[in-house]
Amino acid sequence: MDIIIESLPRLLSGSLITIQITALSVLIGFCMAIPLAVLRVSPKKILSLPVYAFTFYFRGTPLLVQIFLIYYGSGQFMEILHAAGLWSLFQSAWFCAVLALTLNTAAYSTEIFRGGIQGVPAGEIEAARACGMSGIRLYRRIIIPRAIRIAWPAYTNEVIFLLQASSLVSIITVMDITGVAREIAARSFAFYEIYIFAAVLYIIIVYGVLWAFRRIEHRLNAYLRVGSA
Amino acid sequence: MFDLDGYGPLLMQGAKLTIYVGVCAMVIAIGLGLIGVLCKFSRSATVRFLINTYTTVVRGVPELVLILLVYYGVPTLIQDLSAALGHPVYVSLDPFISGTATIGFIYGAFSTEVFRGAYLAVPAGQLEAARACGMSGALTFRRITLPQMMRHALPGLGNVWMVLIKATALISVIQLPELMRSADIAARNTRKPFTFFFAASLIYLAITIISNILQQWAEKRAARGVRRA
Repeated sequence: MDIIIESLPRLLSGSLITIQITALSVLIGFCMAIPLAVLRVSPKKILSLPVYAFTFYFRGTPLLVQIFLIYYGSGQFMEILHAAGLWSLFQSAWFCAVLALTLNTAAYSTEIFRGGIQGVPAGEIEAARACGMSGIRLYRRIIIPRAIRIAWPAYTNEVIFLLQASSLVSIITVMDITGVAREIAARSFAFYEIYIFAAVLYIIIVYGVLWAFRRIEHRLNAYLRVGSA
Repeated sequence: MFDLDGYGPLLMQGAKLTIYVGVCAMVIAIGLGLIGVLCKFSRSATVRFLINTYTTVVRGVPELVLILLVYYGVPTLIQDLSAALGHPVYVSLDPFISGTATIGFIYGAFSTEVFRGAYLAVPAGQLEAARACGMSGALTFRRITLPQMMRHALPGLGNVWMVLIKATALISVIQLPELMRSADIAARNTRKPFTFFFAASLIYLAITIISNILQQWAEKRAARGVRRA
């Protein structure tokens, strides 16, 4: 037990890194996924196919490969990246971790929101058209808000998956919960104590996020409840 | 074409091991899922509590942490316990066995949930009819529930398999020479990380595509007996 109390501050700072990396990736991934989902349902093949190729690749390969491709793979293009002034970015494990997680969650979220867009009742779109809305205004006012509500439970699952998947960044030396736990375990040989404690930390964060997302869902669907003020 | 500086065969060997690990873990996951679903509907509250704890905990902890916990934690736990009892023993786990068992154990929780949904989808009238025909509980499960459950469970199990095969990449962390580890070795020796990790990602993509085709075939076959409107 002493080892856990002793390393508590470091594990807590690891938790902050885990939350920071996940939140950042979720936020950027969400902002990418909504427009990509709109392109994905486009009847024009030239718009939908590239997005499909992107989601197919990132959903069909393990996240670990994607992280390695970006972090180690970028080394093969050192000269080009150097010339473009991007090399220092790709040398940072933290940057590569966030980039990989962002692209990964953007791909999964795109498909989730595509399902949401396709689930918007046809009557609502017809009503909006009858009111004279079209194009961007139709998407902004009617389709996207409705699609987000429909897709929210599935999106919650994706966020939970990403939170857990963020543990992989420890493999490229980012000091998140798993990274800190691995380092302490390797030095102290207190393997099961530390890893069990890391697992407990993850469970707390996972169920905390789950609770927060249920609250958001409750708020999003507030207009559906009658007289429960 | 698939030579890759002479490391092509190593990658193919890794791919074979990846599929082998995946299949073994899937068998464990399905077995645990079937046991799990029986426990979920058990009359004993203790059994239901235990199975709910299993699915809740396992779904809240990252795979990587569990893999590290089992591979490094379990042997040290056994050593500590045996030393405390006065008979110190030295234990070490094989990466293949502990990796496969951990992945199977994790996805057993997911397939329990899949089977739970499938179990609920079997019409209650059929179970009553089976009882009216004089079948015992075990016979009803084997003859009526299980075959129909499998049909409802196939799409969910297909998803579990897709996530599971990608999760096997994490076993590379405990040095099992599967696809990811082989790519890593080749990348280090040739200093062409992008080439090898990209090749590995394409092999994972191929496994995903083939699994998709097999899944569609299996779902079609399982639905032979269903009347279509």
